[in-house]
Amino acid sequence: MARAAVLGRLTWRVATVTAVRPETATTRTLVLDVPDWPGHEAGQHVDVRLTAEDGYTTQRSYSIASAADSSTVELTVQRVVDGEVSSYLVDVAEPGDRFELRGPIGGYFVWRPSVKPVLLVAGGSGIVPLMSMIRTRKAHPPGLGPFKLIYSVRSPADIIYADEIRHTRAPDDGYERNYVFTRETPPGWPDPPGRLDAAKLARAAPWLPRNEPEYFVCGPTGFVEAAADLLVAAGHAPERIKTERFGPTGG
Amino acid sequence: MSVITRGFRGRGRRDENLPPGQYLTEDFPVLSAGPTPRVLPDQWEFTVTTESGQRHSWSWADLQALPAETPTVDLHCVTKWSKLGTTWRGVSLDVIMADVESVADYALVGSYGGYTTNLPLQDLQDGQAWIAYEYDGEPLDPEHGGPARLLVPHLYLWKSAKWVRSIQLLLADEPGFWESAGYHNYGDPWREQRYWGD
Repeated sequence: MARAAVLGRLTWRVATVTAVRPETATTRTLVLDVPDWPGHEAGQHVDVRLTAEDGYTTQRSYSIASAADSSTVELTVQRVVDGEVSSYLVDVAEPGDRFELRGPIGGYFVWRPSVKPVLLVAGGSGIVPLMSMIRTRKAHPPGLGPFKLIYSVRSPADIIYADEIRHTRAPDDGYERNYVFTRETPPGWPDPPGRLDAAKLARAAPWLPRNEPEYFVCGPTGFVEAAADLLVAAGHAPERIKTERFGPTGG
Repeated sequence: MSVITRGFRGRGRRDENLPPGQYLTEDFPVLSAGPTPRVLPDQWEFTVTTESGQRHSWSWADLQALPAETPTVDLHCVTKWSKLGTTWRGVSLDVIMADVESVADYALVGSYGGYTTNLPLQDLQDGQAWIAYEYDGEPLDPEHGGPARLLVPHLYLWKSAKWVRSIQLLLADEPGFWESAGYHNYGDPWREQRYWGD
């Protein structure tokens, strides 16, 4: 398995919310100003620490959505049931509010610009670190390997970054997206609602194992287990399939 | 330096059973860096190799024939969740190591699928670690490390290597997979040793 280093000690920094952007009914993006942010790679995450007036404090991890080496840090957070941190970040935080953050963290689930083809497989809010990869690729000079995205959502209303995904789709970007709708499809959609399966995977990602594509799979545990198993069953090398699983609960 | 976050109240009470920075979950989340390896018990083999190259191995039947324990332990994952009072069944590393002669101070644990993690050998001894093959009275699911995983609950859960396959005993410490990628070399949850420098 490949390795990469995260250097140095991770100190807590004070992040200030500079803007908030609703994405779906349950998710929103927070744009953060983090003084002396050391930069990050596409796919990494941060730890967030909130402290209440009475001194109570709690931490969670969130993937970074913004492009590598961008000057601001953007987090896209989904409100989870009974989530004490996510409900604050999605429903309460406003521009000017501050909390502690440290990172970037994680040296494995990371895309570094290369000529290899890449398949991104997202389930729900698992799109967030993959969006950082798409944005990083877009900001990079041309000549990189093609990207394909398979994005599984319950319904069209659950698509995070819908406009941006639509507008970055272009043949000369070498970037294509395919949706899988598990509960409800848009009008006129060719497939009935249903989960990702071998046929949809093969249609969306026609690369053969000998093309040595890189895979990044992110989403809820059940989704990631199923998608990674489909890739292995299709003959792709397990060591090139990088996964990040969100637990059934979070914060 | 601690910043009060306007409008954040939270649950308002710290649970004394939780290490710093952890929150309680009733579920059993999964953290793995790649696809889940599928290892059938009849293909399973576990080895301990000493610093002098002496190799000890156990088949699935060998493991099942060893005296087992049923520890109830708390789990603490570096991703912040903790799960308390989990019950496992497995063989103590004290039993596994009983006939292994070694003066090594360090262990590098390897898994099916290529994962590795390191820890001092003494953290595997004296009733602190098991090769576990049942969780909550059932055979261990592949996604949680089945057919067998290392269980070393006093350290963050990434040290409890899933799909465990080998332990190399070493005279010098050698960082494993996450330990090479920015995570703490030792990983004591009560000292919140998550990352390098913690």
